Amino acid sequence: MGFPHKPHEREALVLSKHFGEQEAIGLDGWRKRGGYVALQKALTMTPAEIVQIVKDSGLRGRGGAGFPTGVKWSFMKPGDGKPHYLCCNADESEPGTFKDREIMRWTPHALLEGCAIGAYAIGAEVAYVYIRGEYTEALDKMNAACKEAYAAGILGTNAMGTGKTVHVYVHKGAGAYICGEETALMNSLEGRRGNPRIKPPFPAVAGLFGQPTTINNVETLVAVPHILNNGADWYKKFGRPDNPKSTGTKLFSVCGNITRPGNYEVPLGFPFKDFLYDLCGGPLKGRKFKAIIPGGISVPIQTVAEAENSPMDYEGFVANGTMLGSGGVIVIDDAQNLVKQIARAARFFAHESCAQCTQCREGTAWTTKILERIVAGDGTPEDLDTLLEIADNMTGKTICVLSDSCATPVVSGLQKFRGDFEALIKKKRVHMVPAQVA
Amino acid sequence: MSAHLSTEPHTPVFTGARRAELDELLTRYPTKMAALLPALWIVQEARGWVSTDAMAEVAELLDLTPAYVKGVVTFYTMYHQHPVAKHFIQVCTTSPCNVCGAEDVVKSLLKHTGCGELGVQSPDGKYQVIEVECLGACGFNTPLMVNEKFIESVTPETVPELLASLG
Ligand SMILES: Cc1cc2nc3c(=O)[nH]c(=O)nc-3n(C[C@H](O)[C@H](O)[C@H](O)COP(=O)(O)O)c2cc1C
Ligand code: SF4
Ligand code: FES
Repeated sequence: MGFPHKPHEREALVLSKHFGEQEAIGLDGWRKRGGYVALQKALTMTPAEIVQIVKDSGLRGRGGAGFPTGVKWSFMKPGDGKPHYLCCNADESEPGTFKDREIMRWTPHALLEGCAIGAYAIGAEVAYVYIRGEYTEALDKMNAACKEAYAAGILGTNAMGTGKTVHVYVHKGAGAYICGEETALMNSLEGRRGNPRIKPPFPAVAGLFGQPTTINNVETLVAVPHILNNGADWYKKFGRPDNPKSTGTKLFSVCGNITRPGNYEVPLGFPFKDFLYDLCGGPLKGRKFKAIIPGGISVPIQTVAEAENSPMDYEGFVANGTMLGSGGVIVIDDAQNLVKQIARAARFFAHESCAQCTQCREGTAWTTKILERIVAGDGTPEDLDTLLEIADNMTGKTICVLSDSCATPVVSGLQKFRGDFEALIKKKRVHMVPAQVA
Repeated sequence: MSAHLSTEPHTPVFTGARRAELDELLTRYPTKMAALLPALWIVQEARGWVSTDAMAEVAELLDLTPAYVKGVVTFYTMYHQHPVAKHFIQVCTTSPCNVCGAEDVVKSLLKHTGCGELGVQSPDGKYQVIEVECLGACGFNTPLMVNEKFIESVTPETVPELLASLG
C-alpha cells in the first residue's frame, strides 16, 4: 500500500498486505494471518525442492542487482561438511529507498520466516539479519519478534519441532552506506571495517567467516513464504504477459516532489505513468515533473518522457535508459536546481566511499568539488568534459560499484539535461563581463 | 586536554548485566571479533560515547588490540568518539530530502537550538545538530534522529515545537 496512505485498488498487496496493522506485528497476530505455515512445510521438504520452487517462481533479488534468487541459492551445496551462512541485507541505505524498513516495522515475523526458510534451503543453520543502526524501530521490532520466535520453538535447535537447527540473529550496523554492499556487509559482521572485498572468491565459495554464504535483500526473503504457500505459478502470474523475466510483486518507495509519497506494491511491469499519476497523485500543485530516478540514487536519471514510457520491471526500465535498482523512486520537479541535486548526490558518494580504490576515493571527491563549483556559479565549459573524463575513470575499474554509482547521475544528467549545467555556467559568464569591463 | 581523553578514571563497562549480555552475544558467532560492533553499541548505550579507555576494555575482552578497535570505531559514523550534547540531532539532507526542503529544516534547527553552526554544541550544552546522509525514511520529509529516536515530517515551522517536546 502507499503507506501511510490507504491502499490503492490497483496495487497488488502481497508483502505489504498487513502494513499498518498493529496486531500483525506480534506472533499471535501473525499466526492468525497465516504466519509460519510455509516454514513448517519447508522444514519437511528437502532444500533442493525449495530451491527448485524459488527458481521456478522467477523471483529475482530486490536489493538492486536483480539476480535470480533460486539460481543464487543453487550455488550453495548443502552437505559439503562446511558451515553455511545466510545474510539478510537490511542495511537499506540507498537514497530513495525505505521499503525494507516498513517490512520490518510492520511484519517482522514475515522476515524471520523468510530468513529461516532461506537458511534451511541453502544448508545454513545460522542466518544474520544485518540492520542499519539508524533503524531503531525496525531493530526493536525484529529483536522482539526473534525473542517470541525462540520462545515459541519456531527458531532454535529444534525448529518447529522438526529436530532441525535454524538460528536467526539480528545484527546492528553502525552507520555506513557501503555496508550494504554484500562483501562489505560480511566484513562488518565479522567485526571489521566495512570495506568491500575483491571478488572472486564469491560469497557462495568463501563468504562470511570464510564459509559458503548467501546474501539476500529483505524484500527478496519475505517473498519466499508466499511462493511456498501459493506455488511458483501463482507468483509468476504477477508481471507483464510478454515479459517472463520479471515476475512477482515489487515494493516501490516513492519520495521527492510528488503528491503522495510512500510505499506502493504493484505487479512488476506496471505502467510507470499510471503509477506516478494515479497511485502517487502526480506532481505537486502548480509544478511539473522534471526528472525521475526510479531505482535509488545509483541508477541513471530519466526524463519524464522516458519514465512515462517505462513498464516497471527490470527490462522495462533498462529499455528506457535506466534500471529498476532498489525500487526507490525519486521525483524531482521543475522548482528544483537539478545540478545542485546531482552535486548533492555526488557528495553522498564521496562521504560514503570506503576509500580503498583511488578512482573512487579521488573521483567522488573531485566530482563533488567540480559540481559544487558549477552550482556556486564558478564553473567553466571545460568542467563538463572533465566531469565526463573523471566519470569514465570511475566506471568499471574499482572493487565495488559505488564508484560507478557516483558517475551515473553525472553521466546521465549530462546526457539528458546538459542545458541545465550550461545555463549555470553561462550565468556566471554574463556576470563576469561587466566585472572585466570595470 | 582534548575532549576524548577523559580525566576521570575509566570504570569498566562490562560488569553485571552488561557482561552477561556480551557473553550471550558471543554464543551467536564463531569468532570473538564478530561481537565487536555489538560490544561497542553496549558501550555507547551505557556511556553515551566510546572513549579510548572503553575501546581498550573491549579490545581486551575480545582478544583484539586497542589500535584495531579504534580502526573499526573510526570507520562507522554512529559511534561517538567524543561526548555529545544531551540532544544529538541528525538531519538528513541527501538529495531526496534536499528537494523537499531539508536544508531549511537544518537552518531552523541551528537557529532555534542556538547552535548557530553544524556540529557545534549550543551554549547550554543541550543541543548539537549535524547533517547526515540518507536515513532510509525518504518519503517522510524531513526525517531526523534525536539520539536513538526517529522523528519524521519535520518542517522549519514545527522545529520549535519539536525542541520543546524534547525537554
Ligand atoms: C554500494 C552498494 C550498496 C548496496 N546497498 C544495499 C542495501 O542497502 N540493501 C541491499 O539489499 N542491497 C544492497 N546492495 C546490493 C548487495 O550488494 C547485494 O547485491 C544484495 O543484497 C543481494 O540480495 P538480492 O539478491 O536479494 O538482491 C548494495 C550494493 C552496493 C554496491
Ligand atoms: S569502489 Fe569505492 S566504495 Fe567500493 S571498494 Fe572501491 S573505494 Fe570502496
Ligand atoms: S534521503 Fe533523506 S531519508 Fe533518504
